[in-house]
Amino acid sequence: MSLLDYFRASKRQKTASVAKERLQILVAHERSSKNQPSYLPQLKQELLAVIQKYVNIDLDDVSVNLEQDDNQEILELNIVLPDEDEPVKVN
Amino acid sequence: MARIIVVTSGKGGVGKTTTSAAIAMGLAKRGHKTAVIDFDVGLRNLDLIMGCERRVVYDFVNVINGEATLNQALIKDKRCDKLFILPASQTRDKDALTQEGVGKILEELSTDFKYIVCDSPAGIERGANLAMYFADDAFVVTNPEVASVRDSDRMLGILSSKSRRATNGEDPIREYLLLTRYSPKRVKLGEMLSVEDVQDILSLHLLGVIPESQSVLNASNSGVPVILDEESNAGQAYMDIVARYLGEDKPHRFVEEKKGLFSMLFGSR
Repeated sequence: MSLLDYFRASKRQKTASVAKERLQILVAHERSSKNQPSYLPQLKQELLAVIQKYVNIDLDDVSVNLEQDDNQEILELNIVLPDEDEPVKVN
Repeated sequence: MARIIVVTSGKGGVGKTTTSAAIAMGLAKRGHKTAVIDFDVGLRNLDLIMGCERRVVYDFVNVINGEATLNQALIKDKRCDKLFILPASQTRDKDALTQEGVGKILEELSTDFKYIVCDSPAGIERGANLAMYFADDAFVVTNPEVASVRDSDRMLGILSSKSRRATNGEDPIREYLLLTRYSPKRVKLGEMLSVEDVQDILSLHLLGVIPESQSVLNASNSGVPVILDEESNAGQAYMDIVARYLGEDKPHRFVEEKKGLFSMLFGSR
């Protein structure tokens, strides 16, 4: 199949189903972050900066989640550390 | 006590004002005393869609500021004596609407009217927030298109968290989906989100589908709410919506492509 055929085929894909998939992902994401306080993204960035001093991770390895029950709020912090035993610098 | 309906969408240009005018006229035609209020301060247009733009003397902000009484500002519709229009102000003062002022006007209207339709501006600023704050019911006007669906979902979040009912811990606002500019033909070709697709994403009770129709532009050109064009698909769709809102059981129409001889001869209007 030539490259041209590839583009022709993708052009024939139904755009409505593409739209639905994109929306489902986006809306789910926006709903989950809707009730979170506005400082969470920055908190995540700063946590990442601190952890990166010691361990080599990137933004996707840090997840910050705030859950609200009736009478308590739980700030959940999940950091995935790399598999290999990299030297950890401790000051 | 009046029932307060907000017509909202987040995104602009999806048919909020067209819907507000049609729904208000429909409710009034059914014999319910109805007021329709334009919340789009600075960009007034409901008057134009209702065809009363030359009869505007006082507006919403004049009443809030005590420069006119509510009765002076309300414009009685010439086609239906149960319908009254409260035009928005053309002031550029963004803070002209206050929660207290709007609340007072709605309370005063509530004693006399059965339904109050609040035509929200686009966006999520003060006018839009105040239009939905006091609402009992929300008509979420959505086009079968990604930006509109996303913005509608945002509005649903705001309705459930920032309204008076939410703040006071009362029963939540009843939310209804109105899908406008729908083209069954394009849905069939896989080029447009279907009713089911939009419902899957927004999980809203469907009040009705308004087909894409030339009669909407014809109606706004002449300042006649499209619901009065009883021959048109869009007019009939709005009549069904009013009937369903009032509790009647009407099957959904205009969701499938029409194949009859009539439509082949005369086309869709």
